[in-house]
Amino acid sequence: MAYFQVDKLVKYFGGLAAVNGVSFEVDQGQIFGLIGPNGSGKTTTFNMISGFHRPTSGRVLFKGREIHLLPTHGICRLGIGRTFQVVKPLGRMTVLDNVIAAAYSRVNTFREAREVALKTIDFCGLAPVRDVLAKALPIAGRKRLEIGRAMATRPEILLLDETAAGLNPTELVEAIELIKKIRENGTTIIIIEHIMHVIMTISDRIHAINFGQTIAEGTPKEVAANQAVIQAYLGTDYA
Amino acid sequence: MPRAVKRNFLPLVFLGVVLAMPLVMRDDYYLHLMILFLMWVVIGSAWNLIAGYTGQVSFGDAAFFGCGAYTAGLLSHHLGISPWWGLALGGFVAAAVGLPFGWICFRMRGAYFALATLALNEVLRQGATIAENFTGGMVGILIMPSFTSKMPYYYIALAMAVASIASLRWVVHSKPGYYFVSIREDQDAAESLGINTHLYKMLSLAYAAFWTGIAGALYMNYMGFIDPHVVFSLHDISIMAILVGIVGGVGTVYGPAVGAFLMVTVQEMFRSGFFGLFQWLGAVSGSESLAKVAVVLTQAHVLGFGILVVVVILVLPNGIVGDWPKIRKRVFRLDAGN
Repeated sequence: MAYFQVDKLVKYFGGLAAVNGVSFEVDQGQIFGLIGPNGSGKTTTFNMISGFHRPTSGRVLFKGREIHLLPTHGICRLGIGRTFQVVKPLGRMTVLDNVIAAAYSRVNTFREAREVALKTIDFCGLAPVRDVLAKALPIAGRKRLEIGRAMATRPEILLLDETAAGLNPTELVEAIELIKKIRENGTTIIIIEHIMHVIMTISDRIHAINFGQTIAEGTPKEVAANQAVIQAYLGTDYA
Repeated sequence: MPRAVKRNFLPLVFLGVVLAMPLVMRDDYYLHLMILFLMWVVIGSAWNLIAGYTGQVSFGDAAFFGCGAYTAGLLSHHLGISPWWGLALGGFVAAAVGLPFGWICFRMRGAYFALATLALNEVLRQGATIAENFTGGMVGILIMPSFTSKMPYYYIALAMAVASIASLRWVVHSKPGYYFVSIREDQDAAESLGINTHLYKMLSLAYAAFWTGIAGALYMNYMGFIDPHVVFSLHDISIMAILVGIVGGVGTVYGPAVGAFLMVTVQEMFRSGFFGLFQWLGAVSGSESLAKVAVVLTQAHVLGFGILVVVVILVLPNGIVGDWPKIRKRVFRLDAGN
């Protein structure tokens, strides 16, 4: 039994197949990369895993249990946290309050929640902006807050949706450090990323999709050399 | 001074003043205004939780107010028991109406939900009008007030107002409070943090309905008369609740108290023609036009509300309490300039 498995997922929006039969398995402790050109169905796959969309068909299994019919908050409570590509800070709350709200998913008292939140904030390097309103953060801070909030729900699997997009080179290095730290912490990571430097350095396995269908899967090296992947990214002229 | 006292200094001073007030001021008229003010503190605080903290703007507070009032009235009318039972039961009846309503209507977001609350209000008003055998229809319900003095009502209303603010404070600083604000800020993000947004929105509405219902039951007991157009009134109850919240400060604990004080004062100013100022001026000067101004002003109280809200939104978008630092800074700077 796979630790986490996506089985022939299909999602139609009207007549359009956004995801059309994607299957993959993720082992515990892995960093699993999901790549593909714009509109290939990566975020839709995430949305189905995290319960924002119901799959048209197919299943998502976590430790052998079907989870694709659970509501979003139920999936979070099972231990699958996510970040959003288009960041969703709780704007008129401070960074600390954002993380406290997330920490409440595992504890009930303010003291415990605050304690969990403070630890998470330190872990994610958010301490300097702890008391800043979330809406006042620059993009790097917002991306970091997305991760911090997801981590405060103590996930076993963390879904990262383009957390490195829009960051400058220094911030990028810091983001990679943070992702590695999260893995060392024992959290399994599924990551969507466009920046090849990031995804190739940190992923154990990479799954490539295009037009909602799998085109390749393997180690970063194998995928980078794969003809279908090169074709999808660069066009037939360069393949 | 202990820290807890220091932090709550202003509210505590204010509490002291309202506690002592009836002992000093025995005038029934002002006591009546104070009772209305305290009732609006309860309603405004309740509206503030659902709309200000949870971000689900309700146009239908009168629905819950009316439920509470009719619970008290009908218990007394049909069963002959004391209408004070309504104070205990009215809140639960209103919450029992709010919960299934929320279960169905919280599938809608934003303005659509607000419209649904408007509909609930109208459905109940029409229902209470039509079901003549049960509610007395347009004839309304008349009960004998328990006390002739206004003092008992004053202290009951004060106890309710204090309890409602205390419970609001407790709620917003606890887990549900964090969840409510998270839902207001971003419902999708809240879901992804493990928050059952549907459930928590229902809980928030039930809380608001509960307190609004209690206020309705108090109204029945105090005024002794209700009919559907009074307690299910859109502009006298639902809109007034929104004004109290917006003027005082949406999403602040003490905002509705400040808003209630201001709105009740403004309402009474218009209703009484600025406490009879223009009528008096007219009588003194013998000018008929001044007396006419008094009549026009009395009739224009809704217009006055509208202007007040426009001014508040333009100058203090976060309400008086929400923009208090801004107000203090400006006043302070003026002082320094002088």
